[in-house]
Amino acid sequence: MSERINKNMARNIYFGGGLFAILVFAGLSVDTVQKVPKLSNADKITESVARGKNLWETNNCVGCHTIMGEGAYYAPELANVFDRRGASDEASFKEYLNGWMAAQPLSEPGRRKMPQFNLTQTQVNDLADFLIWTSRIDDNEWPPNIEG
Amino acid sequence: MKYSSQMVAKNYFIFALILLAGEVLFGLILGTQYISGDFLFPEIPFNVARMVHTNLLIVLILFGFMGAAYYLVPEESERELWSPWLAKVTFWIFAAAGVATILGYLLVPYATLAELTYNNLLPTMGREFLEQPTITKIGIVIVALSFILNIGMTVLKGRKTVITVVLLTGLLGLAVFFLFAFYVPDNLVLDKFFWWYVVHLWVEGVWELILGAILAFVLIKVTGVDREHIDKWLYLIIAMTLISGIVGTGHHFFYIGTPDYWLWIGSIASAVEPLPFFMMILYAFTMAKQRRIDHDNKIALTWAKGTAVMAFLGAGVLGFLHTLAPVNFFTHGTQLTAAHGHLSFFGAYIMILFTIISYAMPIMRGRVHGNGVKAQKVELASFWMMVIGMLGITSALVIAGTMQVFLQRVGVDVLSFMDTQAEIIPVYTVRLLFGLMTLAGLLAYFYSFFVKEEGK
Repeated sequence: MSERINKNMARNIYFGGGLFAILVFAGLSVDTVQKVPKLSNADKITESVARGKNLWETNNCVGCHTIMGEGAYYAPELANVFDRRGASDEASFKEYLNGWMAAQPLSEPGRRKMPQFNLTQTQVNDLADFLIWTSRIDDNEWPPNIEG
Repeated sequence: MKYSSQMVAKNYFIFALILLAGEVLFGLILGTQYISGDFLFPEIPFNVARMVHTNLLIVLILFGFMGAAYYLVPEESERELWSPWLAKVTFWIFAAAGVATILGYLLVPYATLAELTYNNLLPTMGREFLEQPTITKIGIVIVALSFILNIGMTVLKGRKTVITVVLLTGLLGLAVFFLFAFYVPDNLVLDKFFWWYVVHLWVEGVWELILGAILAFVLIKVTGVDREHIDKWLYLIIAMTLISGIVGTGHHFFYIGTPDYWLWIGSIASAVEPLPFFMMILYAFTMAKQRRIDHDNKIALTWAKGTAVMAFLGAGVLGFLHTLAPVNFFTHGTQLTAAHGHLSFFGAYIMILFTIISYAMPIMRGRVHGNGVKAQKVELASFWMMVIGMLGITSALVIAGTMQVFLQRVGVDVLSFMDTQAEIIPVYTVRLLFGLMTLAGLLAYFYSFFVKEEGK
C-alpha cells in the first residue's frame, strides 16, 4: 500500500488532514458551546449551585464517584442520586444528604468507606443544590436506570 | 552517544522509573481497597490513593517524554542541546514540585491542600487527572515552556528531520491543550466539555505524535532501515491518528449534556481510531523484517514491537469495543473504561518509554552495543511478566465491567451499585494477583540494570 504513496503525499495528508480535522472539531465545538446553556438549564445555576460545584471539586468527590459517568468507579454514580435517594423531592433529598454526610464513615466492616468531610449544613445544602441541578441536565437519557 | 548533552536524559529516565514504581505500588493499594474497603482507611482514603496513582502516571510519562526528547533531538539535529544547563535546572524544579504535590495529597486532606494553595483565587483543582494545585499547574506550564524552548532552539538551529518536526508539533500541542486545565466554568457541562480538550487530546492526539516520533527514532537506530521509508510511514500513521483522534473526542460527548449529533459523529470517528494503531503494528514488524543491521540490543526492538501490539490491543481494540454510542450507553462509567485505560496507557505510553530507555540507557552507561546477553535475558523475562500481568489486569477488568453492565444496568431486576460491586469481588482478587505479577516484572526490570556480565 505504502509503495504508491510517496513521502510528499504522506506529508500533505498529515498537514491537510490534521488541519481539516481541527477545523471540523472547532466548528462543532462552537456550536456545542452555544447549545449547552439550553441543554443544561444554565439559567438555573444559582450561587448555591456554583458553591456546591466548588465543594464537589475541593473535596475531590470525583476521586471515588462518577458524575454523568465520569470519575472513579469505586462509589455510586451521583448525577441521578437526587432521583434515587430523594425521590426527586428537593426538601427530602437535602434531609437525606445531611443525614448521610453526618453518618460517614459507616462502621460496617469491609465495606468501602466514605471519609468524613466535616461540612456545615449550608455546605451540604449547596452540594445538594449542585446535584439537583446536575440531575436535570439533558444528557441523552443516561444512565440506563435509576441505579446509575 | 554522539553528543555529550544527550546525557541530561539519564536523570529524567531514572526519575520516571522511580515514579513508575510508586504508580504500581499505589495501584496495588487501590486494588486491595476494591476488595477490602477498610484497607489503609482512614490514613489513605481511596480518592487520595487514586489521585496519587493517576497523577504519578501523568508526571512519569511527561518525564519520560522529556528524557526521550533530550536524548533523541541532539542526535537528530546533529548538534548539542541548546542549553543543557536549562534542562538540568528544570529537571530538579519539576521533580521537587512533583514530589511536593504528591506529599501534599498524602499528608493533608484535599480541602486543606486547596486552601493552603489558594485554590479560591483561581479554582482548578478537583477534576479527574487535573487534581494538581493551581500553583503546580502553573509550574507545569513554566517547565513545559522552558523545555519546548530548549528543544525548539535545538531543532531550529540544527538539521530538521521528520522525526523532530513531528515531535515538536506533538510537544507544542501538549502545551497548548494543557491551558484548558485553567478553564473551570460554573457550568459542569462546559467544564467537562473542555476538560476533554486536555485529557482526550493529550492521550489520543498529541501524545501519539510523540509516541510515533520516539518509535520511529528507535526503529531507525536498531534496524538500520532507510530513513525515507520510515518517514513516510510516520506521516501516514500520525495523519490517521490526528484525523480520527481529534474528531474522536466526540465519543466522550455522548452522555454529558452535549448535543446529540455527537452520538453519531463520535461513533464514526471512533471506528477509525484503531486504524493508526494497526498501521503501527505493520510498520514495526515490516521494519524489523527489512532490517539492514543486526543490532546487539535485541531487547529494544522487542519493546518497540511490543509497544505497537499492546497499544493496538489497549487503545485500538479495547477502546473501539465500547465507543459506539449504543454500546457506550451501557458501558459508560464502568470497569470497562478502567480496562481500556490500563491497557492503553501501559501499551502505548509506558512501553514506548521502556523502548527508548532500553535503547538509550545502555549507551549512556557506556555500552554502545546494548546490555550484555544475560542482562537482556532478564529484561526479556521482565517484558513478558509485565505484559502478561497487564493483560491479566485488563481481562479481569473487562469481566468486571461486563458483570457490572448485566447485574446493574440490564433488565428489570437490577442490583444497586454497592451490591453489584460485592458480586465482583472474586474478579477483583484475580486483578490484584495480576497486579502483583506486574510489580514482579517491574522489579525484574530494575534488577536487569544491575546484572553483571561474565568475565567482567
